[in-house]
Amino acid sequence: MVLKILIGVLLTAVIVLGFGLPMVAQPASLFEFPIIPGLEEKARIIFFHVPTAWLSVIAFLTSMWYAIQYLRTKDRMNDEKSAAAAGLGLLFTVLATVTGAVWAKFNWGSYWNWDPRETSIFVLLLIYGAYFSLRSAIEVEEKRATLSSVYSIIAAVTVPFFVFIMPRIMSGLHPGAKGDPGGAGPVVEFRMAPGMRMVFFTSLFAFTLLFIWMFRLRIRIAHLESHDHRED
Amino acid sequence: MRRLIRSAVTVFLKDMHSEMRTRYAVSALLMFVLTTISVILFSLGSEGASRDALSGMFWVVVFFAAMSGLSRTFVMEEERGTSMTLQLTASPEAVYLGKLMFNMVLSIGLNAVTVVLYAVFINGFVIGTVSIFLATIMLGSIGLAAASTIIAAIIARANTKGTLYPVLSFPIVLPLLLTVINATRLAADGAILDEALGEFQVLISYIVVILAVSFMLFDYVWKD
Repeated sequence: MVLKILIGVLLTAVIVLGFGLPMVAQPASLFEFPIIPGLEEKARIIFFHVPTAWLSVIAFLTSMWYAIQYLRTKDRMNDEKSAAAAGLGLLFTVLATVTGAVWAKFNWGSYWNWDPRETSIFVLLLIYGAYFSLRSAIEVEEKRATLSSVYSIIAAVTVPFFVFIMPRIMSGLHPGAKGDPGGAGPVVEFRMAPGMRMVFFTSLFAFTLLFIWMFRLRIRIAHLESHDHRED
Repeated sequence: MRRLIRSAVTVFLKDMHSEMRTRYAVSALLMFVLTTISVILFSLGSEGASRDALSGMFWVVVFFAAMSGLSRTFVMEEERGTSMTLQLTASPEAVYLGKLMFNMVLSIGLNAVTVVLYAVFINGFVIGTVSIFLATIMLGSIGLAAASTIIAAIIARANTKGTLYPVLSFPIVLPLLLTVINATRLAADGAILDEALGEFQVLISYIVVILAVSFMLFDYVWKD
């Protein structure tokens, strides 16, 4: 309950501040954003697009974590958690892809450019697609849990190749790609104005809480469903 | 350790023998390569394609050919109902290593044939730096075999044998494919060996990571 209210307050603040704060040439206070040449108002995407992409990675790692736990304990609940995290991951990956593609149309000129990060998120979508098709292909619960756990771990170890190596090999449009004056690498150096930074990190935090809340809801649903199942 | 290797080799030889008897995987792979190359030829018609496009297409042929044949080694055990016997007679590690060796031999052979056919039939495909190309083919075959062996083990246990295999393999193999396509392009353009070193590092680390993870996880897939 407390969590729900906190998420509501934080996300409302992020939406209001993220869209509402004015953009001026020389930001004087914390409540004014600087105008970034070439981006202008479009810079506001960072408050929403980056957190969804962040959550898709968090969800992916959570799914892998519970997959490992399942293989260790063989407790069916861990498999439910792994699947629930993967489901949320799929949702946020789609959100990140769609918001990014719409934004790219207006800023980079086309919906899709096969920039390294776009390639990575595309692969993440493929992995989730494959993961859920594998799950739907197996009827026996225990077998499904084991095989999909193994698959999600294997998929998870190949993802760093995209996230870390590909952006450095290919040139791209996102910050942190090869040829970026701020330096290439997965960790982009922060050159954000203090006001934007405040809203950005609040947003990141709020989205993470949102993930935790949605994840717990899903687990509860899965738990109730399996309980009903046992009583039949 | 010695016993593990001996028993892995035995599994490998067993697979080789049964392959020699039916030649199922080999003929499937060969026919697949032939059909795909002729499809490329017919679709190109009299027009040539750029060297970049041709070096990419080479790996399209290799990937889909591998997807048609490399799952055979595990699916066969399930179909014949021999997987139980194999579980009793050999340790999971030995089974994995044996099957891996079999798939590596198969995929290296497949790539060698594909290179020859591709070079003979497709005119625009010229390699500038042979050393880069050979190293790419070797590392690419090993990587492809490494990734597809564990996916084949998963797929053999699932109810759908064939259809899901490329779907599951593609995201896993994609880092490998992107890198080998890049390296093949470098080889076609006649780059010096040093320029492709980054690609080789990626390929080698990919192979090591996939092998290590498969080796650890195979136990869970194999045992009932």
